[in-house]
Amino acid sequence: MREVEDISVAIVGSGGAGALTAGNLLLEAASLAGWRGLLTRTVGPQIRGGEAAALVRLASRPVECLADRFDLLIGIDWLNANRFGAEIEVGPQSLVITDPSGGDLPALVARAGARVVEVPIKDIAKAIADGRPNMVALGLAAGLLGLPEDLSCTVIAKRLKEKGETAIEASRAGLKAGIAAATGLDLSLQLIAPKPSAAPRWLVSGNETTGLGAIRGGVRFAAAYPITPASEILEWLAPNLPKVGGVLFQAEDELAAINMIIGASFGGTPAMTATSGPGLALMIEALGLATAAEIPVVVIDVMRAGPSTGIPTKSEQADLNIAVYGLHGDAPHLVLAPQSIVDCLFTTQWGVYLAEALQAPAIVLSDQFIGQAVAAIDRPADIAFIGRRTAALPQAGAYKRYAVSAGGVSPMAIPGMRGGQYTADGLTHNEFGIPTSSESDHRTQLDKRRMKLEQFAYGDHWATIEGDGELAVITWGSLTGSAREAIAKAHGSGLNIRLIAPRLLCPTQPDRLKAALDGVKRVLVVEQSHSGQFHRYLRAHYDLAKDVRVLNRPGPLPIRPSEIEQAIMQWRS
Amino acid sequence: MSSVETRSACKPGDYKSDIKPIWCPGCGDYHVLLSFTRAFAELGLVPEETVVVSGIGCSSRIPAYTKCYGFHGVHGRSLALATGLKVSRPDLTVVVASGDGDGYSIGGNHFLHACRRNIDMTYVVMDNRVYGMTKGQPSPTTEPDFDTALSPGGTGLSPFHPLVIALAAGANFVARAFSGDPNQTTSILVDAIRHPGFSFVEVLSPCVTFRPDEREWKTQMHPAPVAATSDPGKAARRIMTDDGFNIGILYRGNRRPYQAKVGSNCIDLAELEKDFAL
Repeated sequence: MREVEDISVAIVGSGGAGALTAGNLLLEAASLAGWRGLLTRTVGPQIRGGEAAALVRLASRPVECLADRFDLLIGIDWLNANRFGAEIEVGPQSLVITDPSGGDLPALVARAGARVVEVPIKDIAKAIADGRPNMVALGLAAGLLGLPEDLSCTVIAKRLKEKGETAIEASRAGLKAGIAAATGLDLSLQLIAPKPSAAPRWLVSGNETTGLGAIRGGVRFAAAYPITPASEILEWLAPNLPKVGGVLFQAEDELAAINMIIGASFGGTPAMTATSGPGLALMIEALGLATAAEIPVVVIDVMRAGPSTGIPTKSEQADLNIAVYGLHGDAPHLVLAPQSIVDCLFTTQWGVYLAEALQAPAIVLSDQFIGQAVAAIDRPADIAFIGRRTAALPQAGAYKRYAVSAGGVSPMAIPGMRGGQYTADGLTHNEFGIPTSSESDHRTQLDKRRMKLEQFAYGDHWATIEGDGELAVITWGSLTGSAREAIAKAHGSGLNIRLIAPRLLCPTQPDRLKAALDGVKRVLVVEQSHSGQFHRYLRAHYDLAKDVRVLNRPGPLPIRPSEIEQAIMQWRS
Repeated sequence: MSSVETRSACKPGDYKSDIKPIWCPGCGDYHVLLSFTRAFAELGLVPEETVVVSGIGCSSRIPAYTKCYGFHGVHGRSLALATGLKVSRPDLTVVVASGDGDGYSIGGNHFLHACRRNIDMTYVVMDNRVYGMTKGQPSPTTEPDFDTALSPGGTGLSPFHPLVIALAAGANFVARAFSGDPNQTTSILVDAIRHPGFSFVEVLSPCVTFRPDEREWKTQMHPAPVAATSDPGKAARRIMTDDGFNIGILYRGNRRPYQAKVGSNCIDLAELEKDFAL
């Protein structure tokens, strides 16, 4: 029995088999036992009846990405599982439990040389009144991991409460039968005891922490148009915004959603919407309006594989170009990217604060991976960023809505304030907001809008910078966790690698990146985009080291820590 | 219209800004602006508690010509912007101005949903049956044989019927006005703003530059022969069978306006985390 810091488990079944439920219960029970963990789900396009897999990583410390391969793979059945065989990589050390009636092992699994054990999961479930195979699978995992049975029972009772006592009893019986079936099987791994933590624990997805960050930052109006994988943000906000005196309103399309939040924000209410690539594309024109009329709004883009409809349920980092460069005209705006499930809270809250302070639209680039993954985490510390707009004061004389000031931010009048009446306009305007086609007014307002973003003191939050090696890994967004883990492994081999991950992508921070790169001789850029959008962005705005290599590929497969580590090691030799 | 404080003894001039309109001499929209300011004065609206929202086109220039708060947004999205404003600020009086291109073509989908939602606001579409600002292309209300550079020989398409569509989609007040009759237009606007829910006013407003034939409209207009009904079936029949120059209030519904569900007690933000806790 080898003691390890983390163990990865995949539970696979056709849609309706309940693999995802089993995975969720496993993560929650392990969290109650004190472990940290992460769950992602992989599903096909079908709403019901397709294939599904719950990918769970349990660890004695917080984890922000999936491991390189799965130590334990449980197949309730393998129908269509070939379609995502590449996502459930196993190795010779892995244990694969398969139901002999569940079809053939996926080819990739069969070829891996793992230890394969047959357990009649469905037959065991059938022997129990109302027994469900997924609970037997949960029992197998819980038994092999040594999870206390009472914790699994507690979680079952909590999560299946609405299904009634009979269902709970049947599930407990399934769990126990699974644990019994695990007796005699050998995972040969043992999770080391979790590090104790005094912080309260959360079980959350990035989309949920994003919603909380928005409300904490001050958002009180959200417009919603459903889209995968962003809908959970809106569904979390729908019941929660009214509790704090806010409103969520469903729009007829994304064109309406973005204009609704501009209207709400014009009325003085901090406002946001959440969408994915196709929706962001529709919102771009109005984001230009928000830039020109200086109306703060926040748009969360939970990125999925594109272009067009792409792969709605899979992650990619390929909306960087549209977020940074998509607006027509010269339209300076904010672009931010959270780096983990925890950081979705911080970055969204900070994004609301920045948008309000700078009277500019902010695009927050989350992605499907951190958006839909669920993690057991320590409750993050509160942060002080709350949106505060510079408000105009009642005045007698003519009000200059777009007065040129030292910092570029002009006091904003809100309807209801006497003497502040002005017309917000997408037309080029003068300081009063009156339309003009004069060269000097055009230039003055362009200068003002650029200056207010460039002069702002963003502080150290602009990027994650760790370590001081001569080789720097520069990455962004949800790949930060993978890169950090790869760097930690390389450190174990005696290598000192620097990690740089900008959280603030626009406006760019050339002086700060220059300082972060001090002493760096080689740069490895890591990103999940087919064309290397992040690398091109870095090249356009920053001076990098002489030697630059790029590890980039499209979704849907996540870039695992071992790939990054390999790129680091290869370069070393 | 909101139950806000109103001011008595207001004059139309109190609502007119100093900005000189860009409209062509003889444009019907001058009289619509006059009717706006007269209606606002008659209602005693507080300028800073009134917002005029618009999209793009000749008619959409109207917000800055008033002394109210205004928003001249992007093409076709005025109703969406106004919806976000009104839902988050129900205390404001919101009037939306649009044209036949802005409102019925690029903004057509928002028109349907604004009618359906029945949020308390007034939607005024200045219909001149042509895209004026881009110099004379056919709009959704243009006649099929109207010859333009973009549609040589005419589009051959039947015009859109905004009033019956508004009615079918759920608008709570439907009226037709003629810019050349500012007294009647003012009176209709007053009623429309007072009426709860979504009020739709189609103002026939001639484009003398690209549709000189519309100068003849003044001879074709006539008052609606019967009073407004609250029966949508009757209203639909009248609107579908009239000659299109029937001026007056055609439908006054009694649907309840949309009210956002906002919790009465604002809870501590820490409460929101409770669902996250293990």
